[in-house]
Amino acid sequence: MKSKAGTVRFMQGNEAVAEAAIAAGVKIFAGYPITPASEISEIMSIRLPQEDGIYIQMEDELASMGAIIGASMGGKKSMTATSGPGFSLMQENLGFAAMVEIPCLIVDVMRVGPASGMPTHPSQGDVMQSRWGTHGDHPMVVLSPATVTEAYNLTVEAINISEKLRTPVILLSDAIVGHLKEKIEVPEKVKLINRKMTRQPAEKYLPFATGEDCIPEFAERGQDGYRYHMCSNVHNELGFPNDSGHDAAERMLKRIHRKIEIHQDEITFYNTFDVEDAEILIIAYGCVTRSAKDAVKTLRQEGIKAGLLQLQTIWPFPDKIVRRFTANVKTVVVPEMNLGQLISEVRLNSCAEVVGLNRADGLVISPQAIIDKVKEVK
Amino acid sequence: MRKELVLSGYGGQGLLMAGGLLGEAATIYEGVNATNNQTYGVTARGGESRSEVIISDEDINYAEIEHPDVLLAMSQSALNKFGPSIKDNALVIIDTMFVNDVSCVKNSANIYRFPITQIANEQAKKTILANVVALGIISALTGLVSKESLEKVILKRAPAGTEELNLKALNGGYLAAKL
Repeated sequence: MKSKAGTVRFMQGNEAVAEAAIAAGVKIFAGYPITPASEISEIMSIRLPQEDGIYIQMEDELASMGAIIGASMGGKKSMTATSGPGFSLMQENLGFAAMVEIPCLIVDVMRVGPASGMPTHPSQGDVMQSRWGTHGDHPMVVLSPATVTEAYNLTVEAINISEKLRTPVILLSDAIVGHLKEKIEVPEKVKLINRKMTRQPAEKYLPFATGEDCIPEFAERGQDGYRYHMCSNVHNELGFPNDSGHDAAERMLKRIHRKIEIHQDEITFYNTFDVEDAEILIIAYGCVTRSAKDAVKTLRQEGIKAGLLQLQTIWPFPDKIVRRFTANVKTVVVPEMNLGQLISEVRLNSCAEVVGLNRADGLVISPQAIIDKVKEVK
Repeated sequence: MRKELVLSGYGGQGLLMAGGLLGEAATIYEGVNATNNQTYGVTARGGESRSEVIISDEDINYAEIEHPDVLLAMSQSALNKFGPSIKDNALVIIDTMFVNDVSCVKNSANIYRFPITQIANEQAKKTILANVVALGIISALTGLVSKESLEKVILKRAPAGTEELNLKALNGGYLAAKL
């Protein structure tokens, strides 16, 4: 069935991620299957060879991350998909990707943790891990979908952001969105951004030199004379270690943060529902957004002025957005399927009192639970 | 109109597949909204399995089902688990090969008993098609999704060479429920 926007499909969230990644130009998938992310691997193993791409099942998640970084260094858009236990194993190389500024997409379909937790049940327990799972002061961009359509669109955005800003990007999905099937209009075409390639002649090319946008340029692989060195130590503009150059170290680390900060507005995605006159604002992300939307609808019918701010970009934390939408409300409610993670960032930036609603038993926070909490704090 | 269906039984009975086919038939061929989610244990076969389908002409946000309008139970443990939480007027479909005790269902007038797996064996010589038989029964009893829409989606999704058997199974279930 075709409509103006595209093809109508009944699709699972994980399938939407796989199809969106292919549409956005991913050619290499390296991963190790894990519930509830396995469908992404399964679909990519079928679809990528049809699209002139390569699927590799790796021996583990450490190697998966290494493989996609290598593939991206080689010039191809690459990705992996996993869940909490595998995401933990990817953290070391994720830091490497941030340090040497390699675009790639990591999908974490969250399940209950810690450790192997509840493999088939949903959670939002990896919110802080997605930001701070790897060591050191690194920047991270994390997007979180609530519907199958958002899973598709945010996967495209994640790949485009990673290419544009030369940085790994995480799509933080969950077992609900990953396994849910619903209607989606798959677009005929998606917006594509490709990494910036240098125009400098080989003798003048410095792989980690940047202009005002703070984003270094790639050189075409295999081109005569272009030297490229990727070093996980703090490095200079040539890419060689700079262990004792403290000024250069600070310059480099600040620059990899700065390149995200100066583009923050364009990578901050959010939705609002009934916020104009809201007295109580619910701030939600991921699958809980679905319950929050229903809760707002019911509360409004009962004459309670509730509104919803859905954060699709959760890192870098949308501080300005939260300040703006909390400026005129009495109370903020943050429902999360963890014991309280993003709420601490909300507290730092909210103009109103912030109250949490938490559940970490592998079941979804229901609209009724949110309604009850809103009535309690009203 | 929002109807909530729970398809439940053992892992390996094809319930996740059946939920997906039902949702696809509703969204693509009947033009309404549907969601389908799945809950399963950590074992591939024999563990508890359930597939939830919501069909609605409005947007569907929260897609969990607490009190189903329709319950398909393909195992005794599934009926025991979900029977007590169904809506008062809910329709309950059981596979008599696996379910004997229906005491947990308050309103026994709404229980529809079929030898679902046996019908699959008779009609298509494959017990694995019990899920498709169940879809035929659901279509006939609820009218939520027409048999024609289910035929279309089955022809699209059935592995090559199995289309005929799948349609026989669907029809077998449909006729059993229409009689």
